[in-house]
Amino acid sequence: MENGVISHRGKVLTTDTMNPNVKKVEYAVRGPIVQRAVQIEKELKAGMKKPFSEVIKANIGDAHAMGQRPITFLRQVLALCSYPELLNDNKFPEDAKNRARRILQSCGGGSIGAYSASQGIESVRQDVARYIERRDGGIQSDPDNIYLTTGASDGIVTMLKLLVSGEGRGRTGVMISIPQYPLYSAALADLGAVQISYYLDEERCWSLDVRELRRALNAAREHCQPRALCIINPGNPTGQVQSRQCIEDVIRFAAEEHLFLMADEVYQDNVYAEGCEFHSFKKVLFEMGPEYYKTVELASFHSTSKCYMGECGFRGGYMEVINLDPDVKVQLTKLVSVRLCPPVPGQALLDLVVNPPQPDEPSYATFIKERTAVLTALAEKAKLTEQILNTVPGITCNPVQGAMYSFPRITLPERAITEAKEKGQAPDMFYCMKLLEETGICLVPGSGFGQREGTFHFRMTILPPMDKLKVLLAKVKEFHQSFTQQYS
Amino acid sequence: MQRLQALANRSLAAGALNRHPNPLPVKALKLPFCAQTVRFKTHRFIDQSGLKRFSTAEATVAARDNGKVREKTLTMETLNPQVKAVEYAVRGPIVIKAGEIERGLQQGMKQPFTEVIKANIGDAHAMGQQPITFLRQVVALCTCPELLDSPVFPEDAKVRARRILQGCGGHSIGSYSASQGVDCIRQDVAAYVEQRDQGVPASWDNIYLTTGASDGIMSILKLLVSGERPSRTGVMIPIPQYPLYSAAIAELDAVQVNYYLDEDNCWALDVNELHRALQEAKQYCNPRVLCIINPGNPTGQVQSRKCIEDVLHFAYEEKLFVLSDEVYQDNIYSPDCQFHSFKKVLYEMGPEHFNSVELASFHSTSKGYTGECGFRGGYMEVINLDPDVKAQLVKLLSVRLCPPVSGQAAMDIIVNPPSPGEPSFPQFLKEKTAVLGALAEKAKLTEQILNAVPGIKCNPVQGAMYAFPRIFIPPRAVEEAKVLGMSPDMLYCLRLLEETGICVVPGSGFGQKEGTYHFRMTILPSTEKLKLLLEKVQDFHVKFLKEYASLDEPLI
Repeated sequence: MENGVISHRGKVLTTDTMNPNVKKVEYAVRGPIVQRAVQIEKELKAGMKKPFSEVIKANIGDAHAMGQRPITFLRQVLALCSYPELLNDNKFPEDAKNRARRILQSCGGGSIGAYSASQGIESVRQDVARYIERRDGGIQSDPDNIYLTTGASDGIVTMLKLLVSGEGRGRTGVMISIPQYPLYSAALADLGAVQISYYLDEERCWSLDVRELRRALNAAREHCQPRALCIINPGNPTGQVQSRQCIEDVIRFAAEEHLFLMADEVYQDNVYAEGCEFHSFKKVLFEMGPEYYKTVELASFHSTSKCYMGECGFRGGYMEVINLDPDVKVQLTKLVSVRLCPPVPGQALLDLVVNPPQPDEPSYATFIKERTAVLTALAEKAKLTEQILNTVPGITCNPVQGAMYSFPRITLPERAITEAKEKGQAPDMFYCMKLLEETGICLVPGSGFGQREGTFHFRMTILPPMDKLKVLLAKVKEFHQSFTQQYS
Repeated sequence: MQRLQALANRSLAAGALNRHPNPLPVKALKLPFCAQTVRFKTHRFIDQSGLKRFSTAEATVAARDNGKVREKTLTMETLNPQVKAVEYAVRGPIVIKAGEIERGLQQGMKQPFTEVIKANIGDAHAMGQQPITFLRQVVALCTCPELLDSPVFPEDAKVRARRILQGCGGHSIGSYSASQGVDCIRQDVAAYVEQRDQGVPASWDNIYLTTGASDGIMSILKLLVSGERPSRTGVMIPIPQYPLYSAAIAELDAVQVNYYLDEDNCWALDVNELHRALQEAKQYCNPRVLCIINPGNPTGQVQSRKCIEDVLHFAYEEKLFVLSDEVYQDNIYSPDCQFHSFKKVLYEMGPEHFNSVELASFHSTSKGYTGECGFRGGYMEVINLDPDVKAQLVKLLSVRLCPPVSGQAAMDIIVNPPSPGEPSFPQFLKEKTAVLGALAEKAKLTEQILNAVPGIKCNPVQGAMYAFPRIFIPPRAVEEAKVLGMSPDMLYCLRLLEETGICVVPGSGFGQKEGTYHFRMTILPSTEKLKLLLEKVQDFHVKFLKEYASLDEPLI
C-alpha cells in the first residue's frame, strides 16, 4: 500500500524489485548534469533570468548539434535512397545517383524500408572490407568478418555479451582503461561482468603501460576470470593516440594472457597532433606475424558518428572480428538476428563513408573541401583548448592528440571537497554543477569516466564553433579562478 | 535421406519451445545451425595443424614443434550460456538455407523452381510493397534540407520536415536526439494515442521512441528481471508466440511461462488458461509479467474487447505487469473485428484499474500500411510506471544514446499523417487504402485456399500479416524427422523449400501444443505471387502426404 490514494495495489516494478544490474548502470555522459542542463534550457526558454543567455552543451561528441554542417554528398545519396523519384532530378550529381542506385539494388525490393540481413547489407560489408584493406596497406579483410551495427555501442555490447559467463571467481572479467568511456562500465554492470580497471598514465600524456596491465590482471585473477581487454584508441575521454610500439606491446600481452581484444577505433580519422598517426590494431597484429594474427582474437569497432561526418543520429557502424571461433560466429549471427537488422539508412551512410567520391567523380572536389574544413577546424580547436586551459592556474591539460575531447585535471580546494562530500557529491560533480548553474556550460565530471583517487577532471568536447569555444574557454577560466578563490 | 541428414546437422531444430521427446544429443547442440562451409574449414584447420580442441573453460596452451599455440578465448564452451539458449526461428536455419539456394540460383544452379519466395518474415517492401510517398518525401526533406526549396515537394511535407528539423540539435537529423526520442515527435505520438483511444489522456512524458518495437520490449523486460530461482522473474507469453519473446527471456535468463492460445476457438485467449499457467509457474518462479500480442503474431487473431478486459482484470488481480505488443494495430481485416488498445480498455474499466495496472504498449513503423522495417522506428507508452523506475529506464536507454533519428522521423509521419484539406491527403489516403485493401484480400484468399487442402486447417486471418495453418504430418514423416533430430514441421518446411523454393517458418519456432504442427507464412507477396505460392503449397502437401502415407493408414 505504497500510495493509498491512488491504488490499493502496490506496483509490480519498483526500484526494490527491478533488475539489480540495471540499477548499477551509470552513464555520466547523459547523467544528472545533462538532465539539469536540459531543465535550465527550458527555464531560459520560459523567460527565467540567468547569468547567461544560452546553455553550451560540451558534454557529448555530437558535432551537428554544435553546428557542424553535414557533408553534402552523404546527405544527397541518403535523400536519393529515401525518395528514389529524385533519381530523375538533374540537380543531383551523377556519382551520388550511382551510389544510391547501387545501395537500393542491394536492398530487398529495392527499398531501404526492407529489413537487411542481420549482419548488414552484403554489398556494404564488401565495401567496408575493401576500405579496411586500403586503410591497412593491403592486409586482407573478409566481408564475412564484418558486422554492421547500430552505432559502435551496439557492437561493443554484443561482443561483451558473448564473452560473459561463469559464476563467482569464474565470472568473466573485462579490462577497461581508467579513465574510460562509460559505455564500457555500463555494459559490464548490465551484464553482471567484473570490471577490471587499468590506469592510463596522466603524466605521460595518458599513455598505456603494459606493466600496469599486468598489475591489474594479476590483481583481478584473485576474484574473477579475466578474458577480455578493451582499448580505446584514439582515447575517449583522454584524447591520446597510441604509438605503434604500444599497440604491439598490448597485443603481445593479450596473446600471452589469452585475452580477447576489443579495439574501439571510432576516432580513427580524428588525429590532430603532429607526429601522431593512427595504427589499427588489426594492421599491427598482422605485421607481428602469423604467430599472432592466426591466434589473437580481435574485434574492432567503427562508427558514422565521429570523424568528419559526425552523423550520430543515423546510428551507423561496423565491427570486424578476427579469429573468432566459427561456432561462436554462428552464435553471434543468431544473436544479432533477434534484433532483425541495424537501421538501413545508417548502413547506407556507412557505405558512403567507406566508399567516398573518387578523384575522377563530380562530387570529389566539394567532398574533399568539406572534409578538410571539418578536420582542420578540429585540429585548431584541439590546440586552442589545450593552450587556453593550460594558462589557468589549477588546470593542467594534456595535448588533445586525437578524438574530440579534452580531459583536463583540475585542482579543487579542500573546502570545496569537504562541501561536496557533505552534499554526497563527487567533488568534480559539485564543480561541474556549479559551472553549469553559473555559466550555462555543460561538462561531464571526471568521476563519470573514472580517475585516480584524489584527482579530479572534467571532459569537454572541442566541437563548438571556434568563436563559441573561445567564449566557453574564457568562461571556464573565469569560473575556475573565482571557484578557487571562493573555497580557499 | 542423406541430404536431410546434412540438413539436420545444420539445423539446431528451430524450436527451443518444442519440447522434443528426443532431445538433440549434446554434440549436435554444439554444431552451428548453418554454415557448413565454415565447419569444413574448421576441420581442415584442425587436421592441418594436428591440434586438438580443448573443452575446458580455461584457455589452454598446446605445445607444437614451432612454438606455442593458443586455444581460443571465446569458444562454445566459454560462450555466454544465455546467448547459446537464444533461438530465433524467423531468421533461423530455414532462412539461411533459403539464402544459400537463392545464391545458387543466381549462379545458375538448377532447381525445380526459378525463384525463392520468402514468406518467412513480415517484410512488406521486400515483397514489392511500395513506400508511402508522403513518408518518404518528409524523410528525404529531413535528410537533405536543401530540398525544402524544391517545388517538387508538397507544402505539407515541408511543414512536417521543418518541424522535425526544428526538434533536432543543430537542426540536423545527424545529431543525437534525447534518449527518449525527439520531444516534438513524442508529443505527436501522445496526440495520436489520445485520438486513437477516443480522448483517453496520453502524456508525452510516458512515450519513449525505440529502435523498432523489439528494442522497447527488450528494455522493459530487462527492467523486470530479478531474483534467483525459485523466485526468478517469470514472464507469461502466448504459445504460439513471436520468438522475440522467448529469445529475450533466454538472453535475460528469465523464466518463460507458457499460456496456450485456443486454436479451436480462432486462437482466442482464455483467462482460465492464464490462471492454469500462472498457478503452475508459481511453483518454480515468480511470475510478474504478462505479454500479449494483439493482433496476434503468428496467429493473426484480433482480441475482443471483452477478452482484453478479462486479461486486464486478471493482471490486476494477480499483480502482473502487462506488455501489450500492438504493432499490428492498423492491420485488421475481418469486418467483424476491431482493434481495441489495452490502454483504452484499461481506462474504461475505471480509475481503480487505470491507476494501478502497470502497462507498456508497443508500436512500430515496420508494419501497418507503411511497412518501413529498415528504418527501425517505434515507440512505447508506459502507464503507471513507478517514477523512480522511470528514471532508471531513461538511464538505461541513455547508454545507447538514442534510437535512429530517421526512424523517429518515419514514426512521426505515421502518427501525424496528412489530414483532409492538406495537399498530400488524397494521394496518401489512396496509397494507404490500396495497401490495406490488398492485405485484407490476401488474408481472405490465403485462408480459403489453405482450407481447401486436405490435411491443412487454417483459422481466419483476422489481422496482422500471417497465416498459421495447422498441418497434418503423417506418422512416418514424424518418425523420420525424429531420426534426423529435427522437429517434424522443420522437416516439412525444409522439404517445401527444397522442392518449391517457398520459405516459411515451422510452427516449432513459435511454439505449439505438443503433437500439433504448423507453419507461419506471411500474406505479403503480391496477389498473383501469393496465388502461385498457395498452389505450390497445396501440391506439395498432397504429395508429401502421399509419400509418407502408411499402408495401414488411409489418406486424409
